[in-house]
Amino acid sequence: MTTLQAVFEKARAEDRAALVGYLPAGFPTKDGAIAAATAMVEAGCDVIEIGLPYSDPLMDGPTIQDAVHRSLTNGTRIADVLRTVEGVARTGAATLVMTYWNPVDRYGAERFARDLASAGGAGTITPDLTPEEAGAWIEASEAAGIDTVFLVAPSSTDDRIAKVAACCTGFVYAASLMGVTGARESVSAAAEGLVKRTRSHTELPVCVGLGVGTGAQAAEVAAYADGVIVGSAFIRRLLDAPDEASGLAALRELARELAGGVRR
Amino acid sequence: MTATEDTLLTSADLAAGGARGDDPDARGKFGVFGGRFVPEALIPALDEVAAEYEKARNDPAFISEFDGLLRTYAGRPTTLTEVPRFAEHAGGARIVLKREDLTHTGAHKINNVLGQALLTKRLGKTRVVAETGAGQHGVATATAAALMGLECVIYMGAVDCERQALNVARMKLLGATVVPVTNGSQTLKDAINEAFRDWVTNVDRTHYLFGTVAGPHPFPEIVRDFARIIGVEARRQIQELTGGLPDAVAAAVGGGSNAIGIFHAFIEDEGVQLHGYEAGGRGADTEEHALTLTTGSIGVLHGSRTYVLQDDEGQTIESHSISAGLDYPGVGPEHAWLKDSGRATYHGVTDDEAMEAFALLARTEGIIPALESSHALAGALRLGRELGPEATILVNLSGRGDKDMGTAMKYFNL
Repeated sequence: MTTLQAVFEKARAEDRAALVGYLPAGFPTKDGAIAAATAMVEAGCDVIEIGLPYSDPLMDGPTIQDAVHRSLTNGTRIADVLRTVEGVARTGAATLVMTYWNPVDRYGAERFARDLASAGGAGTITPDLTPEEAGAWIEASEAAGIDTVFLVAPSSTDDRIAKVAACCTGFVYAASLMGVTGARESVSAAAEGLVKRTRSHTELPVCVGLGVGTGAQAAEVAAYADGVIVGSAFIRRLLDAPDEASGLAALRELARELAGGVRR
Repeated sequence: MTATEDTLLTSADLAAGGARGDDPDARGKFGVFGGRFVPEALIPALDEVAAEYEKARNDPAFISEFDGLLRTYAGRPTTLTEVPRFAEHAGGARIVLKREDLTHTGAHKINNVLGQALLTKRLGKTRVVAETGAGQHGVATATAAALMGLECVIYMGAVDCERQALNVARMKLLGATVVPVTNGSQTLKDAINEAFRDWVTNVDRTHYLFGTVAGPHPFPEIVRDFARIIGVEARRQIQELTGGLPDAVAAAVGGGSNAIGIFHAFIEDEGVQLHGYEAGGRGADTEEHALTLTTGSIGVLHGSRTYVLQDDEGQTIESHSISAGLDYPGVGPEHAWLKDSGRATYHGVTDDEAMEAFALLARTEGIIPALESSHALAGALRLGRELGPEATILVNLSGRGDKDMGTAMKYFNL
């Protein structure tokens, strides 16, 4: 059984959804990211996505753009991303890397898959890699024994959903709305329908991301999805904190609130 | 149907495959280049644009409407101008300019925006977004949007807004909303990111009126086809003028739309050399240039596999050029393909060389070229010396230089 399978099995046994937290490597600092992700796990995150900072994050809203920009200014390199994964995976949480395609392409697909597996990484989420271009990456990931998560969106036709889901292992990432990452006032009504449509094409767990930031929203999504993905709301806590200690405290508080939400 | 004086464009100029045989494949690939590297959310929109374009380019009514706008609104066909006094500085070779600077709005960009604005209406969308660097594509888009009653939002790097304040004012006067982009390097590449973000959010009523032959499929193909009229006209005109084809065609390359626009009609003419000139900025040996094809490496940027200025870990490196229109760290995938296949050759021209050619054309011929086009002019001076006095060189004078007077005043202390 893979680390991700174990996570969803455990959540199912507890009759709840899994909580997935996102944080870019190198933010707020290289070591600070490991400490922050560890705090998120301790306070209830089942899965951590470590973002690989990229200069042109065209699917991300202002909060993640800001964090990624700071990370790159801190000089974050792929070696730092892998070191972050290693540190977070040590907590026992399933640890994924969320990355735009070009850094992996440049690093070498096989080499990246191998190095991520050695670091204890469970797999990747690749938001700008479509099934048409994903062949080499799926092959490299299979060889390294890591999962490949791709995205479906409210605009996806049933054909596309089937095609994307067929490329996924671990889970399918359902983007709840048409837009970029970032917390919203309310979770898009499109999400539930998308999860339903996705389920008709796959046995894999379906997790919902984009726009979720509170315990109440997590509870709402957990009612129909296998996992709830939260990114910008965590980052916002760190950006708004006057110092590292209060930032970690705020992260823990949010993770506890969300963990309570997915259990409601 | 062949082109007559009453018809610039025929269905063959836009029609699929067959006659040209060099359309990208079903995945939008030119060889290994191109494709789609975008969020899944955009795939249906890209499919929709591709399908509608396929219909449009085979629809005589669309061709005729586009043709009519090119003639009566853009001012086509644009003339050729031979420039003998300028050519004296190129060893006496014949140099002939394709005068895209004489189109409405003053640059070749008008061809693409009119085509895509018509496509927007066919798609049933009421709003366009676009990126702009120097402001030329923004102004052209705002122009077409005003003409066709479309809502228009232009994303422009905050740094560029400052450098090109006059164009910001023009866009506003034309009724567009200009959004300064303050993230990243605050230039063209960040404006493209922001336009994509808007598009994915508002895609149900919005078309992304992409400005160059880069980006995800089908943009490289659509923009090329709408710019292709430049070469279609020029190929006919230069034969009328000189009795034959030119020895070489020269064009500036940023994203690559004006270059592909003039190159494309000559691709099957094996005797015609195709030369693209990238912005060498302060020099290839410095870090301040936009030499994507000549010094970059293969990667993915803005949805397409192509040559990119990137570091060893795939982070985009900021480009530099005195000409904002060439200041871009990527390039269209078809140029990457033309480079690797050897059909076209790409070179660098520094800021200083371009400024010299800019001033030389003004003084010898009374034509003030755009700084972008000045790179092609500098290239033509080099080509003339290499090819000798018997050679004929066709240069795409892609735009006029009025917008660049601020830069020129500083550079020359005018």
